[in-house]
Amino acid sequence: MTKCFHCGDDCNNITIEHQEKFFCCIGCKTVFDILADYDLAYYYDLENTPGISPKDIAGKYDFLDNVSIVEKLIEFSNESTQIVTFLIPSIHCSSCIWVLENLTKLNSAIKTSQVNFPEKTVRITYSTKEISMKDLVYLLCRIGYEPHISLSDSSKKEKYIDRSLIYKLGIAGFAFGNVMFLSFPEYFEVNEFWLDQFKNLFRWLMFAFSVPVVFYSGKDYFISGVKGLRSGILNIDIPIAIGISVLFVRSTVDIVMNWGTGFFDSLTGLIFFLLLGKFFQQKTYSYLSFERDYKSYFPIAVTRLIKRTKTAFFEEQAEVYKIKKGDRLLIRNNELIPVDGIIINGNALIDYSFVTGEAEPIMKGSGDKIFAGGKQLSGILEIEVLKSVEQSYLTQLWSNSIFSKDVSGIFQTLIDRISKRFTVGVLSIAFSATLFWLVYDPSKAFNVFTAVLIVACPCAIALATPFTLGNLLRIFGRNKLYLKEASVIEQIAKVDTVVFDKTGTLTTNKKSVITYEGIALTSEEESLLTSTLRASNHPLSRALYAILDKNDIHTLDEFEEEVGQGISSKLNHKSMKVGSYSFVDEGAKINVKSVSENNDKTAVHVSANNTYKGCYIFHNEYRDGVAKIFEVLGKSKSLIVLSGDNEGEKERLKSMLPNGTNLLFNQQPIDKLEFIKTLQKQGKTVMMVGDGLNDSGALIQSDVGIVISEDINVFSPACDGILAASKFKNLISFFNLSQKGVHIIKWSFLLSLCYNIIGISFAVTGHLMPVIAAILMPLSSISVVVFTTLATQYVSRGLN
Amino acid sequence: MNIIYLLLTVSVIVALVFFAAFIYAVKKGQYDDIYTPSIRMLFEDEIVKENPKEKPVITKKKH
Repeated sequence: MTKCFHCGDDCNNITIEHQEKFFCCIGCKTVFDILADYDLAYYYDLENTPGISPKDIAGKYDFLDNVSIVEKLIEFSNESTQIVTFLIPSIHCSSCIWVLENLTKLNSAIKTSQVNFPEKTVRITYSTKEISMKDLVYLLCRIGYEPHISLSDSSKKEKYIDRSLIYKLGIAGFAFGNVMFLSFPEYFEVNEFWLDQFKNLFRWLMFAFSVPVVFYSGKDYFISGVKGLRSGILNIDIPIAIGISVLFVRSTVDIVMNWGTGFFDSLTGLIFFLLLGKFFQQKTYSYLSFERDYKSYFPIAVTRLIKRTKTAFFEEQAEVYKIKKGDRLLIRNNELIPVDGIIINGNALIDYSFVTGEAEPIMKGSGDKIFAGGKQLSGILEIEVLKSVEQSYLTQLWSNSIFSKDVSGIFQTLIDRISKRFTVGVLSIAFSATLFWLVYDPSKAFNVFTAVLIVACPCAIALATPFTLGNLLRIFGRNKLYLKEASVIEQIAKVDTVVFDKTGTLTTNKKSVITYEGIALTSEEESLLTSTLRASNHPLSRALYAILDKNDIHTLDEFEEEVGQGISSKLNHKSMKVGSYSFVDEGAKINVKSVSENNDKTAVHVSANNTYKGCYIFHNEYRDGVAKIFEVLGKSKSLIVLSGDNEGEKERLKSMLPNGTNLLFNQQPIDKLEFIKTLQKQGKTVMMVGDGLNDSGALIQSDVGIVISEDINVFSPACDGILAASKFKNLISFFNLSQKGVHIIKWSFLLSLCYNIIGISFAVTGHLMPVIAAILMPLSSISVVVFTTLATQYVSRGLN
Repeated sequence: MNIIYLLLTVSVIVALVFFAAFIYAVKKGQYDDIYTPSIRMLFEDEIVKENPKEKPVITKKKH
């Protein structure tokens, strides 16, 4: 099979030979020509088959003629220039970067263009006098880089990037290095003349470097500590905050009283390491957004029909937010229906796949109600609006309070539980040691009290979690489970109930398993069936046609397709009807037993010469390893399947899954949400595994919401993690790894506790020298980091 | 040995200059995308062909 030179797809039906290269479609060839004409063929040298086949977009971006919509998209504008940033999901390789940054060669009106690869965006500056935004979008589409413009762009907020952690880390690192240099001479306390001369200068310089570290870099620990105290939780930031303040106060007192050099080196080092841990944990997949709602799916504008006279209408591009009840809309082929409505004109074939996960489109005729979120697949449709976008059936789900609630940070982490005992322990040691010295040698009491709090500062404990979870986060990412943040791993380890959505999650989007039930077809009938199906464009016909023998195809004498019903054909006085049961069995009233049984299933019925023959039943294809996942996970967790579909697949599912698996059908989106809530009220920690927008509520409500995605670049609903569908069977390993991760954290707590005991034994006896603290602190931190890194690599060795 | 005052002042100033440069770079967003530039620098200046063809105008097409 030849592969397309441009996009790398197999050339299935057509192969276009052009300049000794092969292309799979006209679109790919056109892109090649454009690039070749403008001396941009270097595109193909950078990567093999980097291209994307351009899609048909006629009329799709007409809304960019509407000035008020364009204004919402642009970032900056003056008389002659505009700057716009487009999200282009198809950016995937270095060739993409190169060609998009050379747009200026395609059109001189484009001044500059810059790609941000991790975010998959391109920022374009162009001259408005020479090119409009619509033309710019068309230019991008023509070379296969169609931008994604959605409803969420219309309420764009000022983009704010939080860089404070980098500043804090920078300041801490800078001060740490300088303080180390300045404190170095005094580590070897020799009574040297010049050292004595400059001692004070050095000490005050160190003090100066430490001030911004304590009051700026370290301020989050104080804030979080106070917050913890207010809500009655002894979190890990409290001993850290105590440690930092004691270090600072003690060191300042030391140099003021000329008692010693203080612990400024340990102080800056401590904050630097802590921030480094925070930074490491912060691995983000910026091109995957975990906060999406329906707005990222919905179009920004739609064609509205305005009555001019009684019969004549004119079209207008209107913003979706301005659509009111009673408006008439024109939905073109492949457009998404943004509001609930009634079909006035045209036949609808609506794909609700990203609402329900169900791949098979649904037929509707005029007078039928359609819901927002579906995609029209067959021609032009005219609808009358029943509800505005925010009140539509699907979008109403987002008005549920769960979407406005900040659910993060409610659960108690492992470290919170440990820090409580830790803080109590350290404080009691500090006070009892002070009491002892007050009786024995009061001059040492202050020294010992501060030394205990300094050395017990849980730096290594605080580093164990971010490094373990940060490592696992990266390992998971390499295995295509992309988590929103590291703390999700701890949650996964705690999960005791897993709820699966059925369609699109347990099943693939394809319905490729087809079985036949009824009276066997003769070879003549079968060839007539193949010839009939060949002419139809209905997805079920295409799927069935694909599996039938195609040796004996004839040209039909008669062919008629009734939309939403079926096809009838004639050849050599033999007639055939293919389609829904009511359509096929119109004349012959034979009630086949299987028909009533198969009512709930997706089926194509066949009759020949007005005699009912039987039906082809389309089964969902289950993902690899579904049975195994249920078997293995079922041992330790309770598993539930929640499906929005009817019970058609119940028996098959039951036979596949272990006994006792709870199966629930006909679940509306809000039912799923409520179901999860009930489970949580029973004290369960719930993971929801879903895929479509209809799972959104359940995904947010659950403790861990994982979305299964066939293509991770396609948008998925708000969740805690996105799992590539091909890695579905790895779900078991992810559970195991998360649990092992928690064990690693516990072991590193033990390790750092050892260091703390050594340090405290120095401290309580009144022997803590600054140099010992300066050695112990980094040593414990580094050994914990090394331990967690090696341990996570070791436990995940089987996964890669 | 009083030269050490001067040396210290100079070294601290130099350090502060680099530190200011770092803050400036972060503020300007130079660390926001640390991946794309690493690829961009590998692009070679592509060879410009002799006598370029008459270039068709791409945006004036009817949609």
